[in-house]
Formats: sequence, C-alpha cells, structure tokens
Amino acid sequence: MTMTENVNREGTVIGSRMLRREDPPLLTGESKFTADLAIPGALHMALARSPYAHANILSVDCSVARNMPGVYGAWSGAELESLWAGPMPCAWPVTADMKSPTHYPVAVSRANYVGDAVAIVLAFTDAQARDAVEAIDVQYEALPAVVDLEDALSDRVLVHPELGTNRSYIWELKPQGDLEPIFASAAHTVKERYIQQRLLPMAMEPRAVASVPQPFGGDITLYSSTQVPHILKVMAALTLGIPEHQLRVVAPSVGGGFGAKLNVYAEELLCTALARKHGIPVRWVEERGENTQATIHGRSQVQDIELAADADGRIQAVRVHLIGDMGAYLQLVTPGVPLLGAFLYAGVYDVPNLEFVCESVFTTMTPTDAYRGAGRPEATYAIERAIDALARKMNMDPMALRHINFIKKEQFPYTAMTGLTYDSGDHALAADKAMGMADYEGVRAEQARRRAAGDTKQIGIGISTYFEMCGLAPSRVLASLNYSAGGWEAATVRVLPTNKVVVVTGATPHGQGHETSWSMIIADKLGVAPEDVQVVHSDTALSPLGLDTYGSRSLVVGGIAIVQAADKVIDKARKIAAHQLECNEDDLDFANGTFTVRGTPDKAMPLAGIAFAAFTAHNLPDGMEPNLEAHTTYDPPNFSWPFGTHICVVEIDTETGKTEVIKYVAIDDCGNQINPLIVEGQVHGGIIQGLAQALFEEAVYDKDGNLRTTSLAEYLVPAASDVPSMITGHTYTPSPTNPLGVKGIGEAGTIGAAPAVMNAVIDALSPYGVTDINMPASPLRVWEAIHGGSK
Amino acid sequence: MRINVTVNGSSRSGEVEPRTLLVHYLREQCGLTGTNIGCDTSSCGACTIHMDGESVKSCTVLAVQADGSDLVTIEGLAAADGTLHPMQESFRQCHGLQCGYCTPGMVMAAVGILNENPNPTETEVRQGLEGNLCRCTGYHNIVKSVLHCAAGVPA
Repeated sequence: MTMTENVNREGTVIGSRMLRREDPPLLTGESKFTADLAIPGALHMALARSPYAHANILSVDCSVARNMPGVYGAWSGAELESLWAGPMPCAWPVTADMKSPTHYPVAVSRANYVGDAVAIVLAFTDAQARDAVEAIDVQYEALPAVVDLEDALSDRVLVHPELGTNRSYIWELKPQGDLEPIFASAAHTVKERYIQQRLLPMAMEPRAVASVPQPFGGDITLYSSTQVPHILKVMAALTLGIPEHQLRVVAPSVGGGFGAKLNVYAEELLCTALARKHGIPVRWVEERGENTQATIHGRSQVQDIELAADADGRIQAVRVHLIGDMGAYLQLVTPGVPLLGAFLYAGVYDVPNLEFVCESVFTTMTPTDAYRGAGRPEATYAIERAIDALARKMNMDPMALRHINFIKKEQFPYTAMTGLTYDSGDHALAADKAMGMADYEGVRAEQARRRAAGDTKQIGIGISTYFEMCGLAPSRVLASLNYSAGGWEAATVRVLPTNKVVVVTGATPHGQGHETSWSMIIADKLGVAPEDVQVVHSDTALSPLGLDTYGSRSLVVGGIAIVQAADKVIDKARKIAAHQLECNEDDLDFANGTFTVRGTPDKAMPLAGIAFAAFTAHNLPDGMEPNLEAHTTYDPPNFSWPFGTHICVVEIDTETGKTEVIKYVAIDDCGNQINPLIVEGQVHGGIIQGLAQALFEEAVYDKDGNLRTTSLAEYLVPAASDVPSMITGHTYTPSPTNPLGVKGIGEAGTIGAAPAVMNAVIDALSPYGVTDINMPASPLRVWEAIHGGSK
Repeated sequence: MRINVTVNGSSRSGEVEPRTLLVHYLREQCGLTGTNIGCDTSSCGACTIHMDGESVKSCTVLAVQADGSDLVTIEGLAAADGTLHPMQESFRQCHGLQCGYCTPGMVMAAVGILNENPNPTETEVRQGLEGNLCRCTGYHNIVKSVLHCAAGVPA
C-alpha cells in the first residue's frame, strides 16, 4: 500500500509538525554539553601524539613535563600498560580469521598513525596540561608510511609486522553459480572504478570526556560526548576491569555524532582509569586539530563494480570488488562498515545475481569507522554511478533504464538474491514524483540549448534512486554477520499517580529530537498531552538497558519498543478498569485516554483514575502488582527499507571548473512520519553531507602519512553560501513489519545525495568525453577534466 | 591583567592572562557556557557573540582587547522574563537547529545580519552566515529562520 498522504488523521498527534521540546534550552545556551559541566577539582588531561605516521618508539622522557607548573603527573604508554584489563575493543570480528593488531589507548612500542597517542599529562588546568605535553621528549625511529590502498594490499611495507600481512580480512558474498558466463554472454557490460575518498565526520562539538569518582566504594561516573553510552559502559567495564555495576555512563547534550561518536575511544578509557586510580576527577576536551586526527575517519574505499545487462538493459549480474581502508587499527565497528553496504550493491533493482568481495587493509592513517550511512552511501554511489555508465553506453535515458530495472511495487515484500527481504517500496512512484518536481524535460531542453550554443555554463542532471537498509537490526541477522552484540532496544513506560508519564528509552539522541517524537507517540497511545510526557535517556543509571542511536535505528527499533511498552500499560490498565467497572475486559474500548464499556458509554474510567488506583492499590484485581508501569525489549524482525529518488541539477562554469548546484529535488519515502518537521530536517542535513562528499570534502594525506587537512580552514565543510536550498517531498509506503509503519530517515539524505550530484557533474561534462572525476569534484579537477590532464 | 566589561547588562571585573581568549574568559570565568568552541582556527563561528553591538568570533578576540566593552552572549538574548528573542523564536518555529551546538553562535550571527540589513535576500543571508558552520541542518532551515525573522512573521 502506498499513500500520497501522511498518516496524521484528525485528532492525532502523530503526523503533526510539532515544534521540538529540545529547542528552548539549546537556543538560550542553557543546555550543558560535556565541556560545559562544572566539575570542581578536576584534573585536565592532554595527550602527546605521534608526529610520525609509522615509527618505533625508542624512548619517552616525561621528566621535564612532570616538573612543570601545575602538573600532577605524566606517563608514557609503557607506564600506563598496567591500567588495561584488555585492549581497545573491536565488536565486529567479521571473519573467524580476521587479523587485528593489539591496540592500547596509548601506544607502547610503535606509533601507527599521525595522532596516535604516545604519552599523557594530567595537570590542574587545561593550559598547564597542554604546555607540559610540549615538554615530553619522545625519540622515534621513523618507518615507511602506507597511505595507498593497493600498496597496502601488496604488503610492500607491513603496518603491523607481527600480523605478517596488511590484509585484515577477505569477506565474500557469493552467488550459487559462476557469474563469468553471464558476463561473457551479456549484451552490454560496464566495468567502473570509483574512489571513496577519506572523510572527516566533523560533528560541530568535538569530543569531550569527564570521569568523576563517586564518594567511597569505587563507583565512577563517566560523562562523554558519545552516541553510545550503553555500549560504552559494557566496553569500558571490560577493558578497564571495572565491575559493570559500579560504572555509570552519561551522555549530556551531545553536539552531533554522525557515527564518529559511535565508538569507544582512548580518552574515555584514560580519563576513567586515571580518575579511578587517583581518586580525582579527570577531564579532557578535544581541540579541533586533534579531532581531525584522533577521532575516526569515514569512507576510504576503492570500488570496482561491473554490470552485465541484456539487450533491453535488464541487469543480469552485479560483481563488486572492494578494498576497504581500516586505517591503523580496528576501532569498535571498523571492519563491519563495508559489510553494511555489501547487500546494497544491486541497489533498487531486480537483479538475480550479486557477487561481492571485500579485502580490507591496514594503513598508517587514522582508523576508519562508521560515518553517516556507513557502507550504504558507498554501495549506492557505486551502483548509481554504474547504472548511469550503462545508460550512456546504451545511449538510453538514465531514468528510463532505471524504470526497466526497478523492483516493482507488486514484488514487495521482495526476497533478494542475498536472502534479505525488502519490506515495501514503490520506486516508480517516487521517481515519477521527483521527475515532475525537477521539471526533468524542461532541464534537458535547457541543457540541449546550452550545448548547442556552446555556452560556457553547462548544465548536468543527475539521478539517484536509492534504498537504505537501516534500523539496525535483527539480532539473529547480526549474529550471522559475526557482530558481537544484538540489535534490540529497550523501553519503559511509567504512568505516575497524577497521570503524568515517564518514558525511559535506550535510544540516545544527539540532535534527532527523540524527546519530541517519543512524547508524540505516547500522547496518541495513552491519550495524554505530549507535554505531560517526560522522556528520559542517555544515562545508564536511569535507562540501564539500551543499544543507543546509530544506523537510523532509533524510531524503527526504539520507537517500537515504546509502543510495545505502552501496549503493556494499556493491557494492565484494562484489567484494572474491568475490575473496578465490574465488566469483562473484552467489553472495554480504550480511546482518548478513557476506557468505556461497549454499549454502555456512561460506564467509563479514565487512565488518570486507573493510574491513581494502581498507585493506592486499594482495589486491584487479586494478585496484581501495584503501579502502572511496563518494560519491554524489542528485537526487530527485519531491517527497514526506506527509499527515494534524488535529482540534482548542476551548472558548471567550463572556464573556471566551478560547480554550482542550482536545483536539488529529493523525494524520500520513510513510511509513516511521526513528525514531518523533523523528517525534513534529517533529509536536508543528510543531503548536504552527501553533497559535501561530492563537491567539497577530502581528508588529504601526503605520501609520508601526514594529514594535510587538520582544521576547518583546510577541510571544506560547506558553509551556507556554498550550498542551495532544497526541494523536498515524500511518498508514504508504510513498513509492514512494525506497528507504526515507520522506516528510518537519518542517513537517507546522505545515501542519496553523493551519486545524484556526481551523476549531474558527469552528465554536464559528457560532451567533453568525461566519464569519471574523483570526489570531491573540485574546480581544479573539473577544469582538468574539461581541458585535459589527470582526473 | 585586569579587565572591566559589561556582560549581558552586568558589570564584571576580572584578572586574565594576556593570552586568554575572550571565549575562555566568558566560559571559564563568567561561567557562561552557552558560547561554544568548535574549532581552533576561527573557522566555525560557534563562539560568535556581540561586542559593542557587532558580531565577533570570541575566539579571535583576546580578553584584554574586550576591556571596556559591552558584551552580549546567547544567555543575554532572551528577555528577562524568559521570552525568546524573535530570532530564537524563529529558529524554533522553522526547525533551524538539531544538535544545537552551532546554534548560539548562529543565532548571534543571524541577529547581527539583520541589525545591518533588516531585509536581506536569501543570497545575502547565506553570504552573511558564511563564517558559521553547521553540520546538522544543511542550512536550509537556518536560512529560512533568518528570513522568517526578518519578515516579522508573528511566531
């Protein structure tokens, strides 16, 4: 079922553009981010970091630093080794024989990327700590850097000699039969290589940590600018040897994450271990330059993709070989990122055969890990670029070729060749709507006019029709991928005696507006006002169970947990109402917060009365526990599969190479929408982040392994003046696998955008014979592509 | 060195090191942590405040340079009774913020733009906000917020 209208019916809160309750404290500066917390007596940590990409550590002399003003202590990695019960965690050993180097928070004998910590200082002020770091004398023996992925694969230089190879793993998704005969006999084939450049996530709030010992007994509270307080608690307990029940993790206001705060970082472990050992609070605030090196990077893959199609353009097979750049170490989910994309290389198309092989390698660069979309933007980029290449080869309109290959609406639920089932979709509808809103034919006519006139400003149109596999994730599917944890989410709904509601969620927002959305869901479920719902999150003492926020999972997993907990509350309330109204439970209707006896509308009991009755417990059914509260843990039966069509129109100045996006249309389908205002915000931000990969951003390393983009002056996060306003719209194809009919939307914009923009750039330049430009399509690269020179 | 400043209408006097940046003075000595720090190269604008009526990035001003100045931070923008400033209210109405980290600087910069040009075009708003980076919103709703405020549309 596809609808052209969202779900909101008269009288419902769900579906309305309710303003966010999160906003006032953020707008007035009252919100507290981790660096804002007042922590009396805290010591400040600063880290000495390797200036070499790859070097043996010969000696570390902290003696001068220790005697500087305000310094509490200074230690080398070797001196800190006894603090660690285990190495830094990687939760995703994708294969049984995956190679992973031992990784401690502070390097002991060898530094493996510029920014790898080699020593630390604790001092009474941040300035004293940073001044003292400058006085630490580290002697290095420089080793050759490894910054090229194919060079890494050759094992010319081993990043970790003890592993005997730079290859961490090979992971394969193989079809039953051999694809070679299909490619050999195909009417049309294309073979393309695409480069996913390294990206810096660049959440506007750099990371920050404060670890505070509690009075007596060894309990400790870890405040961190993290997306994953629950995962961090488990992992910190394991790596530090702290009994888990003595560790509380709190994520205060968090200033964006984008996957970069989905991790367990050295600084979190250091602050906690040292605060515990010395009985003094320890805090650390990341500087932006530090952030560019010490916080994970994203993307960085070499993608070889081949398509085989029949004479009509029907794609018969997709074959992909990937080299994934792990960076110097495996962080929390580093090796799993390419796998999250593996299943999407056939895109939104009805393709019978997919072969995917990923070889992942170590390099002497900052570890990579999940960055908005994590594997899925890469996959979508490859298939959407490749299908355009096929259309060019067949001299077909790129949208016409897509229509031939779309999985049809009536084929859903659609079981793909990978074994995964796509829940629902109507790709043709989204595509048609986008084409109309973009005035595709009109833009093509203008393009033809400018080409004929030899205009110095040429137009290109790019299409991207995407799928997003999100809502991580069914625990059993994660098990089949060797992930070390589940994909469930927990929720508690508690109706207080005065009919106010507290919702406890394991989801951990950092800009997504969960407090608003969760209160809207509960308002409709329980018939209370949204402002009467308090949403509690991101503190493991208050929400002890959870798997946090990433992978567009919060609503489709955490939100459904909320619904199920509310259903349990209603079930219990129904029993109380039946008992007090002396009727059969089955004769009760519940609507707008009141139970009424069917056929006897004057016999009624509001939830407010039931909540108070449950609290006094004077007159409850025999054996019933007092109070009105329910807890659930929800494990989703499937991923959710949002989709859409993005169309980008660029204007390229052929004399300067400058690309300007002059129109961007996005039709996204995330099923039913709880709050369209928030959905649009997620789409806008996601699109610009994908557009930024296409046109602006790249983490540049030189051949010696030095990062050359260590500030926001060099790493081009686009400003308002660099990007366009967008035209957004939606279709509404509810997911049949959850009671709200919702799908994720946090990553969709990013997934759809980069291929739409790059297809537009290539389309504009096709008269010049240009078939590819590496991202970002900077003015220099575009100019060289037009006027000759390297791509 | 001793400095005397007016911050959000109150006179303050404090001792600062010559190297102390104004943003550190505001956050650490005045306890006004609404002004955020997002970079170390004056690129991101998260620390934008008003100094003698003009938008400045408080990381590019030494505290000693602010001696004698009238400073307004995000904490000083709303009315005394808590009523949001029209620009704050516009950001709320137009969903001009998500994580909220860039927001204090963005709002202060936006107020500065309208002080200089009460009826800007979309292009002028985008150019005016060039020094303030946001990673969440894609700027779409920030620009809308500023135009909404300029139009004086009742909240």
